[in-house]
Parts: sequence; C-alpha cells; structure tokens
Amino acid sequence: MKPVLKQNPLESEAIYIFREVVAQFENPVLLFSGGKDSITLVRLAQKAFYPSRIPFPLLHIDTGHNFPETIEFRDRLVKELGLQLIVRNVQDDIDNGKAIEEKGKYSSRNGLQTTTLLDAIEEFKFDACIGGARRDEEKARAKERIFSVRNDFGEWDEKNQRPEVFDMLNGRIHLGQNVRVFPISNWTELDVWSYIAAERVEIPSIYFSHEREIFDRDGLIWSASEHVYREDDERIQKRKVRFRTVGDMTCTAAVASEADTIEKIIQEIRGSSISERGARIDDKRSEAAMETRKQQGYF
Amino acid sequence: MEVLKIATAGSVDDGKSTLIGRLLYDTRSLTSDKIEAIEKSSRKKGLDYLDFSLATDGLVAEREQGITIDVAHIYFSTQKKSYIIADTPGHVEYTRNMVTGASTSEASIILVDARKGVIEQTYRHFFINNLLRIKEVVVAVNKMDLVNYSEEVFNEIVSDFTKLQQDSNFKEQRLTFIPVSALWGENIAERSTAMKWFEGPSVLEHLENIKTENLQETSQARFSVQTVIRPKTNEFHDYRGYAGKVTASSFKVGDEVTVLPSLTTSTIKEICFFEEQFDEAPAGSSVTITLTDDINVARGDMLVKTGEVPEATKEVNATICWMDGKPLLPGNKYLLQHNTNGVLAKIDKINAHIATNFQPAGDASSLKLNEIGSVTLKLSKPVFADSYNKNKENGRFILIDSQTNTTAGVGFIQ
Repeated sequence: MKPVLKQNPLESEAIYIFREVVAQFENPVLLFSGGKDSITLVRLAQKAFYPSRIPFPLLHIDTGHNFPETIEFRDRLVKELGLQLIVRNVQDDIDNGKAIEEKGKYSSRNGLQTTTLLDAIEEFKFDACIGGARRDEEKARAKERIFSVRNDFGEWDEKNQRPEVFDMLNGRIHLGQNVRVFPISNWTELDVWSYIAAERVEIPSIYFSHEREIFDRDGLIWSASEHVYREDDERIQKRKVRFRTVGDMTCTAAVASEADTIEKIIQEIRGSSISERGARIDDKRSEAAMETRKQQGYF
Repeated sequence: MEVLKIATAGSVDDGKSTLIGRLLYDTRSLTSDKIEAIEKSSRKKGLDYLDFSLATDGLVAEREQGITIDVAHIYFSTQKKSYIIADTPGHVEYTRNMVTGASTSEASIILVDARKGVIEQTYRHFFINNLLRIKEVVVAVNKMDLVNYSEEVFNEIVSDFTKLQQDSNFKEQRLTFIPVSALWGENIAERSTAMKWFEGPSVLEHLENIKTENLQETSQARFSVQTVIRPKTNEFHDYRGYAGKVTASSFKVGDEVTVLPSLTTSTIKEICFFEEQFDEAPAGSSVTITLTDDINVARGDMLVKTGEVPEATKEVNATICWMDGKPLLPGNKYLLQHNTNGVLAKIDKINAHIATNFQPAGDASSLKLNEIGSVTLKLSKPVFADSYNKNKENGRFILIDSQTNTTAGVGFIQ
C-alpha cells in the first residue's frame, strides 16, 4: 500500500465527470476517433470504473478516409480492453443519398460526419455522448460547458447555455435531447501529451515522425492519397512528417518533424509557434467554421 | 504542475481582453497562426492595432457586438504554474455567466478603468467574489497611461475600493491593487518603468507568487458517493466500492465513518485508485472507497468521519443567485441538487433582495434573472449540509426547474 495519493488535478476532474455521466444517464457512449484525445478518454474511463469494465460502448463515425494506422490501432485497443465498438459509415449515408459528397480541390467528408453522428445518436437512443474536445483547441470550443445540451436536432444553442456552477453537473434532459460531455475540457495539448507520457499510453504510429508521400498546398503539408483531391501541378514528394492532430485524411495536414518519441514530441510542441489546430484544414474555412459546425451538431 | 484557476471580469472597454492578450503575448503563449488570425480580423475591422478581444470572444455574436456574452476559458503556462483563465462577462444581463465562470476559480482579477474609477460593474464583480469567498483578488487599475500614470488617481481608487471592503463580511479576502497599462504592457508581465512610484509586483509576478494550497479553506472531510462499483467478475466477486471525490481535508484507511442519511457507521477498509491502494486520499482526489461492513450505500449518500456529522435540516436559509428567465416566486417548487443528492424544495419566503450595485435593495416579492436574494426553502427530505462559510463544497446547491430541466439558480447556505 502506498502512503498518500497524489492525483493530477486534471485527472481527478475528468474521472469525476465520467462517474457523473454513468450515474446520471441511461445510455452513454464515448465518441472515438482513434486520435490521442479519445485514446486519453479511454484510459481515464478505465481508471474511473476499475475494477469494473468501461460501462459504455465506443462509437466511431468512419468517414472512410481514415489513416489505416488509426483503424488498426482502434481494433487492437477494443480487443485488448474488451470494449464494445459501434461503427457507422459516412459512405452509407452518401450511398443512400442522405449526405452529398463535396466536390473540388478542398472537398472533405469532415462536415458530412454530422449527419451520420446524429443518425447514430437517434438509432441507439444515446443520451450522453462523451467527446475529447478541449477548450484550448479553438475559440468556439473555449465557450463550451462540460455538460453541453443539444436539442433533438443536435443543435448547440451557444448564446443561451445552461449555467454550470462549481462542479455541479446538471444532466437532466427531455426525451430526444442529448448531452455532449467533455471530460478533458480543461486540458491543453501539452497536458494530454504529458499524461500519455506519464501513463505510457499507446498511440497510433502516425503521431511519430515517419516518411510519407505528401504534397504542398497553401503552406500546409497534405497527405497524398486516393482520398485527397490533388491538382496536376501539385507534385508528390517524400518527406519526414508526423501528425499533430488526427482526423480525416482530407482535413488533417501533417507537420515536418523528426520527433520519433513522446519526449521529443513534447519538446517539439513546447517550442512550436504554430497552434495544434493550425494544421486543421476544416478550421481554416472561415472565422466561425467551428462554431457553425458545432451549432449543427458536430463533435 | 501547480494549476491556478483565475476569473477575470470587466467590460471590453475596461481593457480586459487587452490584459489577457498581453499576458498571453508576454508569456509567449500566442502561437503565430493565432496572431495572424487576429491581425487579419483587426485589419478587416479597420483597426491599426491588434484587437486581442478577437482571440477571447469566440462567438460570432460577441465579435459582432464587441462584448463578452459567455465565459471563455483560456490557458497558458509559465515555468512555475499552469493558468486557467475564465474570462467572464461584466454586463448585468450576463451575471449568471459571470457566476458560472467565477465559481470554478480560486483567484480573480477585477479590472478598473483609471479614468472611471469604481463603477457598478466593478462592484458587482467584487460582490460576487465575496459571495463565492474567493480569497485572492487582484484589482488591476488599467489605462494608467491615459491619466499620466498618476499616483493620486491610483490611490483614490484604492481608497474607494477599501471602503467597499469594509462592508464585506469576508475578512480573509486578500486584495492586491496594481496600476497597469495593458496596452503598453506596464506592470503586466514586467514591472513598469513609467510608474516607478509603485513598489509592488507586476500582475504576472503576483500570480506566480500565489500559493495555491493557501487558497483552500480548512473544513471537515466529506465524500459524496457518485456511483457504486460492483464488477461481479471472478477476481472481484464481492467487491463493492463507492466512487466519489474527497472534498476538504482527507480520508485515511481505518477512519471511522458515518453514512448519511442512514447514520449507519463503518470503517474505511481500502482507498483504491485504479490498480493501486493508498493509505490516505487528500481533498480533491477521485477515488473508490470500500468499507469493512456490508451496509447499504448508494449514490446521493455521503460519508463523513464519525464525530463530524453535519446537522440534518428540512429548512434552509440561503443566498440565491437567480439564473432563469422565469422568476423565483414564493410557493414555487424546484429540485434541489446538493452534491450528488437531489431533494424537492419549495420556496417558503424571500427574505431580502440584495443589490449588487450601489442602489438600495428592491422589493422582495420575487427574484428575477440575474438578481440575488436571501431565501428560505422547505425541503421534502432533510439534507446534511454545512453553511457555505464553513464548508464550501457541502454548503452550496443548485435549483433545477423540473419542467425545463435547466439550472435555474445557485444557492449558498447561510
């Protein structure tokens, strides 16, 4: 037995939030993308309910344009921890005409995920969707509550949010509404990496420096792939890169990097003059890109 | 690393956003793409300087109107500490959002415009800081450059503020006055060269020296059960753990505890956190506790040390900050959420309306949105609560409107 527990305050807060979710909701789900933030959530959930298993399933909204490394990783993690994984495909909604594929140079399936996500919430009657969004990522996310109520169209009413005082989380909702829950709201990118390092959490290989076929556009490094539209004059090259955030291939740019260990990644982030989402093509669409997507029901 | 949560408030005209922007800039926390975005937006608005409020006002409506509507959380760190700033609105119509932001903070910065002195909004923020019992308050007297860095102007504001404090019943609060010019970075991160007459620290220097452990009050240990952990696996067949957070003081293995409301007693057998066990869990830790006896404990129950049992009461007097468009009226019923325990509450009477400006208190027949009052509530079942002054975590509650499900108000038990 160890003497006095010294818990990381961010970890205590996240675990407290997870436990409130399980106590207050009938049918929660963890939105899992295979990125470092949702992997961190899985680790926290494991600790919150130990020695019980994680008492809710994972939901992956698959755009079909994922990095294969992420999918491999996802399947391995689910198997090791004995979790239940639900996958819903954006491709299915495109095939049945519910979602329409974007065209042109900047086409992406990122925005299309919202339709598939909202349908899955309705299909399984999820009342709480736990996500890895953090307030330091983006200015609209900086405005989020920890329990954020969505109406039955999945919309976020950002100008009239439910007051959230102290640590008292009010998860009461009407039938058909759902709550988005953000246990790592108060973590920064560095906090996540420090936690991954301290806990020795495994993460997909694309976060580490590797050689990849890429092309340059608008000052960003894009992955060369059949899923990513490329002009004839956008020449494919090989470069040492890594990904700082991992989303869909069409909306996540790479960064030039030699960092091949977590310690080197932490060093690199400390010295970086570019923000984490600086390489998110989806945020660059307009000043209010995130707020608009969130109003419609995005993650 | 040490984390310090700070609330700031003031209208945009007080230079609050400039101050936060300056803190971020001087601690090299603004990344180049964020600065670029601010430059671009500033140019679009026809400004010839960087408008840092564009970094903190994250909603379209806020940027359009140039005001802060809701709390934004901003993060930066130094070698010594991680800071979380809850940037809260100062306008009276957003008081509830100010309370939301300030409620999770341990320290606060109140901005005063040197040209205007102590105004209604300053008083409101000060009042809410007192109500929440925030121990460490920095009063940043801003725009000193526009009053020729005058020591007299600063001293006058200090004396006005000190008069306000005399009426306060929270004497442990520490006020630190700092003259600043956020625009020129005077006394923000570095000490000012324009105000050599001021011998105190810069804002950042002061924040760095705050000892976060001193911001906690010493109260009796409480442990509200969030959920019961019963794995029912072969390995943990009879395991029955109570998951929750220790608030105040600490719990140790071997402590004799009383379970509320049943008043049954037992002894702490194990304090578990993931795969390890500990002898002691201090305030703030999220753990799982097992007891030596097989007794009935569920969500909403509270463990306390035997001999430290708070009094049970079915009548509560509280200061309530009202947060809902539908007013609070005598006779109305709400769900009262006290820690993890919920009971029905009926508003018995409104004893007084409390003014958060310099005006005399209004009539006490109702509490409207953003108003604060002293209220008596009758409860369907007794709660084991402390007064907020004695035990913050066990002395507060929220009122939930059971028709709309919204959090309609927050109460501080007197």
